[in-house]
Amino acid sequence: MEGLDRDPPLIARSQSRRPSSPLVIGALLTACAVAIGLTAALFSQGSQALLVLSRDARRSIAITPQNDQEFVALDDLATMFQLNVREDVGAITVTYKGKTIVLTPDQALASISGRLISLPAAPVRTGGRRWLVPVEFISRAFALVSDVRIELRKPSHLLIVGDLRVPRIRVTYEPLGAAARLTVDATPRANSTVSQDGNHLALRFDADALDSPDTLLQPPPQGFVQSVRLLDAVTVGVDLTPRFAAFKATSQPLDSTMRVVIDLVGAQTETAAGPPAATNAAGAATTAPPAPPELGALTLPPPSIHTIALDPGHGGEDEGARGTDGTKEKDVTLALARRVKAIIEARLGIRVLLTRDDDRNVALDARAASANSNKADVFISLHANASFRKTLSGASVFSAAFPPSAEAAAAAVSIERLPTFGGGTRAIELLPWRLAQAPFIDRSVELAEIIGQQFQNRVPLSPKPVDRAPLRVLEAANMPAVLIEAGYLTNPDQEKQLLTNEFQNAFVQALYDAVLKFREVVEGGPRPAAGGGQ
Amino acid sequence: MTSGRLLLIAALAAAVSIVVLVLVGLPRLNRAKSPAPAAASAAAPAVPGRKIKARLFYVSQDGLRLTGVEREVAYGEGTANQAREIVNAQLAGVAEPLVSPVPAGTKLRALYVTERGEAYVDVSREAVSGHTGGSGDELLTIFAIVNALTVNLPAVTAVQLLVDGKEIETLAGHVDLGRPLAKNMSWIEE
Repeated sequence: MEGLDRDPPLIARSQSRRPSSPLVIGALLTACAVAIGLTAALFSQGSQALLVLSRDARRSIAITPQNDQEFVALDDLATMFQLNVREDVGAITVTYKGKTIVLTPDQALASISGRLISLPAAPVRTGGRRWLVPVEFISRAFALVSDVRIELRKPSHLLIVGDLRVPRIRVTYEPLGAAARLTVDATPRANSTVSQDGNHLALRFDADALDSPDTLLQPPPQGFVQSVRLLDAVTVGVDLTPRFAAFKATSQPLDSTMRVVIDLVGAQTETAAGPPAATNAAGAATTAPPAPPELGALTLPPPSIHTIALDPGHGGEDEGARGTDGTKEKDVTLALARRVKAIIEARLGIRVLLTRDDDRNVALDARAASANSNKADVFISLHANASFRKTLSGASVFSAAFPPSAEAAAAAVSIERLPTFGGGTRAIELLPWRLAQAPFIDRSVELAEIIGQQFQNRVPLSPKPVDRAPLRVLEAANMPAVLIEAGYLTNPDQEKQLLTNEFQNAFVQALYDAVLKFREVVEGGPRPAAGGGQ
Repeated sequence: MTSGRLLLIAALAAAVSIVVLVLVGLPRLNRAKSPAPAAASAAAPAVPGRKIKARLFYVSQDGLRLTGVEREVAYGEGTANQAREIVNAQLAGVAEPLVSPVPAGTKLRALYVTERGEAYVDVSREAVSGHTGGSGDELLTIFAIVNALTVNLPAVTAVQLLVDGKEIETLAGHVDLGRPLAKNMSWIEE
């Protein structure tokens, strides 16, 4: 904005271009010094280059570091992308397919059709010949005029031109007693297949290239793992020690990341052998022979509720709804959540996690993610409502709703066949993050109905007590999930009521009973009576 | 001399005809070229005086749903222009007893319709800052706009709301705005 009001720099510069000759010589000397400095810097960091990946080529552009910034030569960009660079008095005009970017030598700005884009540094001239621009010029300015997608990954010195799939790869190793776990994250998501050849595993990604750090494995190789390296442009190789005996790979989408977890088991581990292979409770298609006895410990326990994730809505600067007396939704939800946690943990011995236990804002995805990563069996989000009509009151319970297209996408979930113990393969379902809830939706509807039934005659209900809605926080939950609106803060009577011990005790007791009932359902006990009102 | 004068007259005539062509012909040519594309530009939105009837949505008596009300809306040439008129009418304040499901002061910033019939509706930040914060109200705000377009314009199959030119996760912390939403009559009072 300021730059717009300040267009005189161009004029000021053109006037100062006819100074006395000592100044010219001074400027030239400075330019030479800068040029020598830059050249030295370039040579001292000779390996620094921006790798440019496109569908048809792999090229590189030299990076020149200066003042903690990284620069590239405008000439190099011009050659690579067929840019036309023209220098006018006090301005550098870059033209690409009829679109124009204007740079001003002493300003960290670029102008594209009247719109100003900020750059981390102004263009710098080397030896009076070449113009250097900060690498961010590519992502912030050129990308806007380019007709193909341009993605700059500065930390990895990578420039992706066009619709290439180049996931960032991160590998971590975690010793787990006598076993170990390798976690391979690909961001953005890319599917991969794992194959084994003796003591070598290969993860081949469905991608055009991989964006991998120089040292792929953090921390350095240990335990079963000798080394992790790139085998080719899209394959990560893992070399294992002779102690390695078997592995199991599972993939799981996490937000924009696809995570492959490879559990490694050693030959004749010292761990106590589990009971002979229990049946796989998940019922996943397994073409492999039965798992060897020592792997019994890895099979799933019978379904029950061991962990509940309770999500007090809003928090921090996000206060949620507000009552006429000033009651904030974020405080009501946290108070209720703490009470529910206390009673369920004390009486049922079920672990209850809170997605927040103080007054802070947690992103919606982070709430679902914490439930997912803690393997919660149930997710309950607590809220208080607001209405345009002050008379409206009562609680309601929601489960997620997906558009038909999303449900179809969830039904057509891609199934990866990944190797399993004993050399066979196992079908692994891969679901997009925001459809994680889809497979659990029937159970979620059931839970909402149970809660609605338990609330009856104990917690005042809204005229539409059990419903479905496209609620963001539920969509990514990888377990039965509901959102409860405890009541309306916009109704003055209900606002007072929500703060009373009487209401909160009744709410907590009813929710506790609902959890008990739902646990029976999950464990295969008596089914709830139909109904509940839609 | 005469040939010079003739040349001058010819040049003048040519200049005049070019001016006439530019002033009169080109706009016509332009008009002929644009058979009301779905994603029309911001130009020429309404035909003055002409009206259509459209169903707009307001908060029901009980506050739980939306009530459809038939109202007159300015005519707009093509889907995108008509969509703009409908959204502008839906966002406009209303007199009692009607209650608007959209926070006061919310303005339409931009609207375009893709070839697949998805309308992208960019509204001003008041839609967020002025919101009551309840999930119930959030559903009403969103489905009033979604339904105002999908019910009145068969060419619009789904609506994605943007705020201040950006895609947003939710308006008030609950309803997923990350994908276009289709018509949903379950929020409409019978």
